[in-house]
Parts: sequence; structure tokens; C-alpha cells
Amino acid sequence: MTPTVRVQEAPFDLAAETAALSAGRVDVGGIASFIGLCRADDGLEALVLEHYPGMTERSIARIAQEAAGRWPLTGCTVIHRHGRILPGEGIVLVLAASRHRTAALEACAFLIDWLKTGAPFWKREEFATGTDRWVEARAEDEARREGWG
Amino acid sequence: MRVLYFAWLRQRAGTGEESVSPPPEVRDVGALMRWLAARSPGHASAFADPAQVRAAVNQEFCGPDHPVKPGDEVAFFPPVTGG
Repeated sequence: MTPTVRVQEAPFDLAAETAALSAGRVDVGGIASFIGLCRADDGLEALVLEHYPGMTERSIARIAQEAAGRWPLTGCTVIHRHGRILPGEGIVLVLAASRHRTAALEACAFLIDWLKTGAPFWKREEFATGTDRWVEARAEDEARREGWG
Repeated sequence: MRVLYFAWLRQRAGTGEESVSPPPEVRDVGALMRWLAARSPGHASAFADPAQVRAAVNQEFCGPDHPVKPGDEVAFFPPVTGG
């Protein structure tokens, strides 16, 4: 199983990425998906995501390999956007495919939980008032990561 | 040694990347942070709260005790907030 990992500015296509995980094969029993979206909290006008080219892709690939070691996946895809993202747009797409639903659903949850604390991305919020601020890491995210052991 | 800064550390340091040659007694990440902090008021501001600074050496997350040597790529950044 070779994970698909992409860090890109462009939006992603859920339908196309999902189809790619079962194209030409008949052993895939389920595909779980998670999409993180940009919310317009507190008058937010845009999110600007910074990353560490090279390290970010490698970190995500390693997390995907960790998932593949824990669950019998037939495929997995992680696409994370960087740059300026508007409310309503997707930020991150995680797909996990397996013969059975439990592995797909658990691996998908694991992937997004580990990605939040283990891949170098930083979010800056831009507001309609012209102000901006860096998003702070949340202890809850770290706790969820620890929960997977 | 190549030093990279991301997010608010980049803004405070006033640069995203610089090439530095610290003295030989700067042997680990913590010592490098203290040495870099003395470079300018901006650097001092970037490293003012070490508890809010994370690091990577050669693109691997690491703690303040991790060794550094000439030729390394050392990055400093806040706790990550992707996803």
C-alpha cells in the first residue's frame, strides 16, 4: 500500500480522490473520509496556512505509514492545502480504504488526529477588520493524539 | 548551519532563513536558541518564551537537548496547528 500524500495550494476533489482508491480493483470494502473545512468564526475572512516544504510531506507520509502498520489498509490519501483558504473551502482531505469498515473508519480518525499534532503547518486567521492572529495549538488535540498510544 | 523560522517566529526574527556559524560551545538546540536570541531585538522577541518554541533538526522534530553541528538545517516554529 503506497499512500498518496499531497501538499498543495489548489482545492481538492473528494469524488475523484475517492474513486481513485477503488479504481480497477474489487477488494476494497469501504472508504472512510474526513474533510476539514474553513469556518467563518468571529468574522474570519480567510485562513492562511504556512508549512515547511519537504518536512511537511515527509511527516504526513510517515503518519500514513504508521496507519498502514496498525490497520489493514488497501489505500490511503492525505491532501493538505496551504496558502490562503476562504470560509467554506476544504483545508484537508483524509481518505482510508480497507476491506472492512472498522479499519477504514478507525484509520481515518487516527490519520487526522496525528496530522493535527505531527505535521508542520501553521494557521493564521485574517479578519474583516484588517487584523490577524496566529492560531494557538490546543491541548485537546494533543490529548487525542496521545489517546491512540 | 542553515536556520529556518516559521509562523510568528519568522515575523519576529524578521527573516525566514539565515546562514549562521555559531561558536563550537553551541552544541545543542537549546544553546543555539540562546545564541540566536542575542543576534537582534527581533530574535530576542522570537525566543522570549522558549516554552512556545518547537524545533526540528534536519527536518526531524526534536527537543532542546538534541545536538547541532555545522551543516545542519535547524528550524524553529510554534506548536503546529494544521488539519
